[in-house]
Amino acid sequence: MLTRRSLRFASAMLVASAALTIHVPAQAGAVEDLLSQYKSLGVTAFDAEAAKRQWTTESKDPESGEMRSCSKCHTDNLRQTGKHATTGKLIDPLSPAAKPDRLTDVKQIEKWFRRNCTWVLNRECTPQEKGNFLLFIKSQ
Amino acid sequence: MKRILALCCVALFASQSMPAQARGGVDLPPVNNDLYGKECGSCHFAYQPALLPSASWQKIIGSLNNHFGDNASLSAPDTAAILKYATENAAEKAGTPRASKIASSVSGAAPARITEVPYIVRKHRELSPGAFKNNKDVKSFSNCKACHTRAAEGFYDEGEVKIPGNKNWEND
Repeated sequence: MLTRRSLRFASAMLVASAALTIHVPAQAGAVEDLLSQYKSLGVTAFDAEAAKRQWTTESKDPESGEMRSCSKCHTDNLRQTGKHATTGKLIDPLSPAAKPDRLTDVKQIEKWFRRNCTWVLNRECTPQEKGNFLLFIKSQ
Repeated sequence: MKRILALCCVALFASQSMPAQARGGVDLPPVNNDLYGKECGSCHFAYQPALLPSASWQKIIGSLNNHFGDNASLSAPDTAAILKYATENAAEKAGTPRASKIASSVSGAAPARITEVPYIVRKHRELSPGAFKNNKDVKSFSNCKACHTRAAEGFYDEGEVKIPGNKNWEND
C-alpha cells in the first residue's frame, strides 16, 4: 500500500544506495585488475622496494646517449610536482595521496607504462616490473 | 525611435574603443576538444590546430611513435579522433585572420614543426636565439606559452608578450 511512510522509506533506501555507489573508490579496482592480470602471466609476488631502487637507476638511451630514469621527470619524491625533461612542462605528483585520480584508470596506466618504460629502458616493462611500480607508487 | 538610435550610437562607440580581443576576436581558436587537449597537452602546450596546415597534422599525427624523438603513441581510435579534430580545425580552415596568414605563408608546403611556419619565423625574427634556448624559463622556441601569456586562450598579440628574465632579447 502506498502510504507516506512507505514512500519515505523507499526514498531513504534510494538515497542510501546512491550514496553507497558514489563512494566506492575506483582506485582499488584499477590496480587490483592489473595485478591479477600480471599474476595470470606468471608473476608470483610483487616488490615495492625493487621498484624504488629501479626508479632512480639510470639507463643510457642508445640514440642520444642521454642518461634516463623515472626520477628524471617524476623526481624521487612522488608527492612533488615533476617536470618533463624535454619540454619543461610541469607534471602533477604521481602519488595518489597527493593526486587522488592517480592509478584509477587502467587505460591511462598502461599507456604511460608503454611510453615511459620505452623512454627509459628502450623496451616495455615486464609484468613483474609493472606490478612492482604500481605497489611502489601506491605506497608513496 | 530616437532612443533606439541613441542606444545604437552608444553601443557602436563603446565597441570601437574596446581592444580587439575584448570584441571576441581570438588570434587562433582555442582548443575545444577534450581528447585533443588531454592527450596533446600531457607533455607540452596543447598547440591549437590552427597553428599548422592540415598536411602538417597528417604528418605529425601519423608518426606519433616517433614524435620528435619521443614515443607519443595512442590507440588507433584515439589517433583517428585527434587527427580528425586537428585537420578540421587546421590553419586553412580556422577562419581567423592570423590563421589565414599562417596558411598562406606555407604556400602549399607541410612544415614538420610549428616553429618552421614561415609566418611564425618572420614574426619572431627580431629575437636573438638566446631568448629561447639559453633562457631557462623558456627553454625552446616551441614553448609558446612561456612568453605568450594568453596562448592557451588563443591570443598571441605582441602587446601581451612577456619574455621571462631581465636581459634585452632583441637582435641589434
